[in-house]
Amino acid sequence: MLKYVLKRLLLVFVVVLGVTVVTFSAMHFAPGDPAEMIAVARYGEDLTQGEIEWVRATEGLDAPVYIQYLRWLEHVLHLDLGKSQITHEDVLEEILTRFPATLVLAISSLILSLLIALPTGIISAIRKNTIVDNACMTGALLGVSMPNFWLGLLLIWLFSLSLGLLPSFGYGGIKHLILPTITLGTSMAAITTRLTRSSMLDVLNQDYIVMAKAKGLDARTILLKHALKNAMLPVITFVGLQLGFLLGGAVIVETIFAWPGIGKLLVDSIYARDFALVQGCVLFIAVIFALSNLAVDIIYAYLDPRIRYEKK
Amino acid sequence: MNERWIALKELGENRMSAVGAVIIVFLVFVAFFAPYLAPHDPLKQNLGKRLLAPNGEYPFGTDELGRCIFSRVLYGTRISLEIGVVVVVITALVGTILGGVSGYCGGIVDEIIMRAVDIVLAFPSIILALVIAGLLGPGLFNVILALAVTHWPAYTRLVRGLTLSVKEKEFVEAARALRASSFYILRRHILPNCINPVIVLATLGIAHTIISAAALSFLGLGIQPPTPEWGSMLKAGIPYLRSAPFLTFFPGIMIMITVLAFNFLGDGLRDTLDPRAKEMLMMRK
Amino acid sequence: MSLLRIEGLRVYFNARGRIIKANNGVDLDIRENEILGLIGETGCGKSILGRAIMGLLSENVEVGGRIIYKGENLLDLSEDRMRQIRGREIAMMLQNPSTSLNPVLTVGEQIAEVYRYHNGATREEAKRKASNMLELVGVDSKRMCEYPHQFSGGMKQRVMIAIGLALNPRILIADEPTTGLDSSMKNQVLDLMSELIRSRDMSMLLITHDLEVARRMCDRIAVMYAGELVEIAPAEKILSEPKHPYTQGLLDSLPRMGLKPIPGASPSLASPPKGCRFHPRCKYGSDECSEKHPDMIRLGDSYVRCILYKNEKSKA
Repeated sequence: MLKYVLKRLLLVFVVVLGVTVVTFSAMHFAPGDPAEMIAVARYGEDLTQGEIEWVRATEGLDAPVYIQYLRWLEHVLHLDLGKSQITHEDVLEEILTRFPATLVLAISSLILSLLIALPTGIISAIRKNTIVDNACMTGALLGVSMPNFWLGLLLIWLFSLSLGLLPSFGYGGIKHLILPTITLGTSMAAITTRLTRSSMLDVLNQDYIVMAKAKGLDARTILLKHALKNAMLPVITFVGLQLGFLLGGAVIVETIFAWPGIGKLLVDSIYARDFALVQGCVLFIAVIFALSNLAVDIIYAYLDPRIRYEKK
Repeated sequence: MNERWIALKELGENRMSAVGAVIIVFLVFVAFFAPYLAPHDPLKQNLGKRLLAPNGEYPFGTDELGRCIFSRVLYGTRISLEIGVVVVVITALVGTILGGVSGYCGGIVDEIIMRAVDIVLAFPSIILALVIAGLLGPGLFNVILALAVTHWPAYTRLVRGLTLSVKEKEFVEAARALRASSFYILRRHILPNCINPVIVLATLGIAHTIISAAALSFLGLGIQPPTPEWGSMLKAGIPYLRSAPFLTFFPGIMIMITVLAFNFLGDGLRDTLDPRAKEMLMMRK
Repeated sequence: MSLLRIEGLRVYFNARGRIIKANNGVDLDIRENEILGLIGETGCGKSILGRAIMGLLSENVEVGGRIIYKGENLLDLSEDRMRQIRGREIAMMLQNPSTSLNPVLTVGEQIAEVYRYHNGATREEAKRKASNMLELVGVDSKRMCEYPHQFSGGMKQRVMIAIGLALNPRILIADEPTTGLDSSMKNQVLDLMSELIRSRDMSMLLITHDLEVARRMCDRIAVMYAGELVEIAPAEKILSEPKHPYTQGLLDSLPRMGLKPIPGASPSLASPPKGCRFHPRCKYGSDECSEKHPDMIRLGDSYVRCILYKNEKSKA
């Protein structure tokens, strides 16, 4: 088990490194002169060549790309993600300030989605091909197909603008959290419901379930003890995968609701061509994503005896 | 070939996928014949007729620059379908080839390709697409590129898994019997096995791509106005959400119907063609 | 003397509009203290028979006939009542222990739970009894906390036996208990089962396609073909003087008898041959065979479903 964890950690490291290389290259092969863009952002359109060159020199943009990368990497290893090229604020600090907002949104959405998806998926599986099942699955399909940005706007229109019940943007109390959570949570719930159902169906078809019945156990015991644990294993993995969806969805939801999280930070910094900030956000998101996937994998490995205990 | 007919027949009997297929045909029709179906020029501004609610002349109303929303929505079908199909065709081809190579060759080639897959998947796909599209700038080509870069790994993983399982079965026999042509034989054995799951993945992929493209445009990083794209239309409608919600309603519902249709079809295909595709999607290693 | 009597059992499946007659009028009884073998090719319907007795058939199935146990027709019983019978009175060992054991529960738990559930035993009691059962079947009870995947095939089979016998049922239905085991392991498992069954005055319905297994274990043997029983007789008789042509063919196909295969292929259960279901492959087949479906003919303590014997004794 330990070997497994270590191997995965190494993988995370390699992959995150790869990610940074990719984003770094993407930025430097993007059209436009970074020095010029930064100068424009800072000082406005009316520039002299000298000012541009000055920016280039001070930001170290005159060195070859790989040197820039290595320099950046070195800084990162000292936990220094540099400064925003436009606002001069410390990148890491910016990110860390925003992160809690995203975390709150992500966790509440995750909880909402599991609260909806797990019971629905399980009940759909047990009552396969009945009206309940068909209704739930159609609902789930609708949820999957509905763009979450549209859903967010609809919710704002309904609850904010028409009914005036909830605020449509900002970060404050529970009231501000509700609409963003519903937006993000329900789209994730749709996918998770389908998966829970199919996982449960797979399990219910297994021989060991028939065997449990052959022992004379009742439906409740069979479901809760024999079936559930097996069915949850792929769901756990999937929830892990969905963390990516959450982070991605958070970007959109944060933008719509002006929720001050990392997602919004990322989008804003891309607009502004603030490379340092973009690079920092990307790195941060990749690391968080990788680590949470790793955590999910470890939890899975712990729960599945086939991985936890090796064959004698 | 007989098998295909039976599968198609079963597919037809599956109500949902039939509905999906019909809607898709309808959408393709709309896309092709948009110039004939649209009552007005989608780009023509008419500042005197801004933000009109849906009426006889403008079935979906007019937007903030007086353009006919209905016409814009119709033309938007073209762009969305185009992006969806192009991205999926590219990624399916590239992803499948990479997957086949990776599975067949094994060794360091496999390692490299799998690490590349891991790197791309180290990111939520929207974010990666965001970054790429954002940095490269707006425009159709960049959107396609950004989405293609993020979508190929699913095919690679799928095909690699299938290749590995076929390799174990057929390889030994093939290698013994026909030695020199084992490469060719694997092509003939792997490919038929892969086509079905890849088709399923591709259909669902079109759905996913269309939403992603709309999301990118919605964030202002994809297709820009004045080009009529559903996502950017949604974005443009935000300031008028209270006064003119129809700006956001119609493009949004078009996205949903389109994506729903492909999802219906994809689900139906999956049920009839290949239950394994689902497992492959869920497998992480 | 009969513990369980199956009368006219019909099990029909509906698959996409076609009716598959998996069991087509089966009459069989399981007597006290006997090991009854049920032999047939894969797909002939023997596993279905086992499941029908246990009430473990899937949803889209039509079941007719009667299965009488202790005066009750099992097919008529409520699910609640069936649950009391399963495991406690009639137990079943499913095919393939690798998939029949729950991978996320320990082996000990999978045995102990039947004690807690049926007998209301406490955790400790159940654990103790499970531990004893494991020892009884030759598995080190220290391995109670291990998971199925940690056991070899033979060991898993023993665990299945432990589960089956845990509550001391009257009848144990064993479905292909030796598949996948090598021959020495096969014999060990069979001997273990034989010993345990005999010592507890139980009966066993041993479902297998392997004639050698049947020869080693069974008191009586019933031969099934295409969803019907074609011959039932005491083991020594059936093996030395098989009456039905199919049984003869089966014996001839054994390695030690020359490995002569039966010509033709197994019939489809959805559209079986008219008349005698075996007649297309039978070397004695006549016109009458293709027209008239033969009844079971009783010849003393044996039964055969073949017109070759119609003149010998009165019908069963």
